[in-house]
Amino acid sequence: MPRVEIISIIYFYAFLHTRARGDFDIRFSDNITDRMLGNEALLESMCRKLGVEPGTPRDDGRVCVDRTSCTGLCDQGPALLANGIAVSRLDKDRIHRIVGLIEAGIPVARWPRKFFVIEDNIQRRDKLLDGVISRGSAIEAFAVKGADALLGSIDKSGLRGRGGAGFKTATKWRLCRDAPGEQHFVVCNADEGEPGTFKDRVLLNSYANVLFEGMTICAGIVGAETGFLYLRGEYLYLRPALESRLQERRDAGLLGKNILGREGFNFDIEIHMGAGAYVCGEESALIESLEGKRGIPRNRPPFPVTHGYKNQPTVVNNVETFVAAARIAVFGSDWFRASGTEQSSGTKLLSISGDCARPGIYEYPYGISIREILNECGADDAQAVQVSGAAGLTIPPQAFYRQIAFEDVPTGGSFMVFGQHRDLLEMVRNFTHFFCHESCGFCTPCRVGGNLMRNLLEKVHVGHATSYDLEEMKRIGKVMQKAAHCGLGATAPNPVLETLSKFPAVYAKRLVNRSYEPAFDLDAALEVSRHITGRDDEAAHIRQEK
Amino acid sequence: MSTQKTFRLDGKKIPFEPGDTVMDAALRAGEYIPHLCHNPDFPPHGSCRVCVVDVNGRHQCSCTLPANEDMDVDNSSDDLVAIRRTLLQMLFVEGNHTCPACEKSGSCQLQAVAYNTGMLSPHFTHFFPKRLIDASHPDIVFYFNRCILCGLCVRVSRDVDGKSVFALSGRGSRTRIIFNSPSGKAVDSGLAITDKAVSVCPTGAILPKHLGYEIPIGKRLYDHQPISVIGDSAQHIQVKKSFINGDGDA
Repeated sequence: MPRVEIISIIYFYAFLHTRARGDFDIRFSDNITDRMLGNEALLESMCRKLGVEPGTPRDDGRVCVDRTSCTGLCDQGPALLANGIAVSRLDKDRIHRIVGLIEAGIPVARWPRKFFVIEDNIQRRDKLLDGVISRGSAIEAFAVKGADALLGSIDKSGLRGRGGAGFKTATKWRLCRDAPGEQHFVVCNADEGEPGTFKDRVLLNSYANVLFEGMTICAGIVGAETGFLYLRGEYLYLRPALESRLQERRDAGLLGKNILGREGFNFDIEIHMGAGAYVCGEESALIESLEGKRGIPRNRPPFPVTHGYKNQPTVVNNVETFVAAARIAVFGSDWFRASGTEQSSGTKLLSISGDCARPGIYEYPYGISIREILNECGADDAQAVQVSGAAGLTIPPQAFYRQIAFEDVPTGGSFMVFGQHRDLLEMVRNFTHFFCHESCGFCTPCRVGGNLMRNLLEKVHVGHATSYDLEEMKRIGKVMQKAAHCGLGATAPNPVLETLSKFPAVYAKRLVNRSYEPAFDLDAALEVSRHITGRDDEAAHIRQEK
Repeated sequence: MSTQKTFRLDGKKIPFEPGDTVMDAALRAGEYIPHLCHNPDFPPHGSCRVCVVDVNGRHQCSCTLPANEDMDVDNSSDDLVAIRRTLLQMLFVEGNHTCPACEKSGSCQLQAVAYNTGMLSPHFTHFFPKRLIDASHPDIVFYFNRCILCGLCVRVSRDVDGKSVFALSGRGSRTRIIFNSPSGKAVDSGLAITDKAVSVCPTGAILPKHLGYEIPIGKRLYDHQPISVIGDSAQHIQVKKSFINGDGDA
């Protein structure tokens, strides 16, 4: 591999670097929910105590403090990653103690265990979370029913992909099974990067056996011998336990050669770590990443079901989808269909965070209204709910009657509540900055349009925008939606477009009452000249009319 | 001939062969679809998005879209041209394109496609990025201010020249071209002026040294006819090469 390719890969992933960041690499989770819990003040306080600027390693090589995209601990934030390991429930005291540990050079492995306690925080259980299935039972069901009958059962259950897109799972498996190839592959997308989502974290922590069971029956159906769990880098702390589960399953004859003694039923699962790239949640980018490349989404068609990993037929499904498939194998399609709506059968895990009394994991049958969810999680003064993450829908109170379902409000599982006292523009800014940070940079509309959008939004934020700028944002947003290469780019303008149409007052109250306002601050533009000439007198400034 | 498959492009029937993209078939039929990252001599890429067309109500990239019989392709509506124009404006403000001073001006594909979309100004606020010039190579100079990250030089060096001299590094707005050399400089990258990769840039980002501003205004590639008639700048670059080599047979 040429040197230049290795370098280009390192610079693509936020967690890879060409030089050491210090003995302690601290990254504050910077989702809007972390902000709402006060992460900014904690970050500033840590930087002040350690004498560092965010993003710049300290001269003595001891520490670097930086921000990172949502780490999936929104229900127990603010959070940070210390040398890649998640620390939850930050407060002043915890920050103070971490600073002490860093200055004393105590390795992260010897920090107090309670810093690293991550709770499942399951608030409501239904079909997927209620009751355990014994290890091997889904694979036994596969052995008894046979591949075709089990695929028929998953088909009849109506199971659709839980990542958000909602493609019918049985159709995907059938297309993959029927596609010619030297090998077939099964990939679990555990790159849970959508801001505000953390339900896969819980499934990986407490339902890993069911997940692996689901992957194994999928392998049996499509004829795969190799599977991958693509685990987001932020969930590194889950890896040791997941490796143990895999080894236990190999020891029990549930993975490896001749599974459950069936001649020729061979399948094993390898864990592949992500490295801080939201775009790798897109299935073709995930496959690129799995192949050790930059996570640039592929041109489609062809789709992964026919040309996926190593150009071979590949199923990529979300963690929750595999868990659901395993339970359908055990309990049957009627059991699953008994919940949900006609087009959205079964249940959905929601990751609820933000301004509510009881954040955590809630499992509901599809068709549940947003209002019922808000009542149950203790959110009585919500001005908006952001459903399905940064790229999702911003739901105002007059639409709280709407239902979680593919045909109404679809979601991968993120559900962030914003109370009346919140400024929604902060949410929009957070998401828009996130999309700029996470754009892969491949296509023009996302790479450039995203930045144009962010700059105009900052103009709104500082009170320099006019109604013309709002129209510009709408126009740029439409071009991004229509022309972007992948779903990330096409949905990146959503936070702006959603709030412009549903919460116009958020913008209107900040507008300058003029038809035109320069995009730049004349006085600020003179700063370089002032610096060079060493002047700061009255004549070295320009006052702009307000 | 009755088995010849066709699709419709702006109402005209366009014949296509199995494996053709919409772009392949359109260009062969003499229909111009503006494009920058696409060069018909190499596999499609799909990053600039300028070749976006409206197919049965959906916007798709024509250079990567397999042709199909039931397609009704819009390549010229006002809405579509407006999208392309916005994409061009985005590319212009993302870099530092000072056309009046650039020796590629008039022969530049980026500029010619901009005219094709009716672009008269960059419209958006310039990013004014700080990008470096690499003049370390004895025969070639790199003006990264003019790079639009189409990846053509990367792909052609890797796939045609077999050298992998370049890579697109970084992510998002920090994406940039880097050289495969320990010093990071072009001079140590193994690139030669005769490499195909040198002649495929659709802008003035990669230029041969020692013959600056050789073609006078009035005789430049797109001075008299638009790109929809002339075609891509890379198809004409051999003329320039023959100038360098002095063999005059191109």
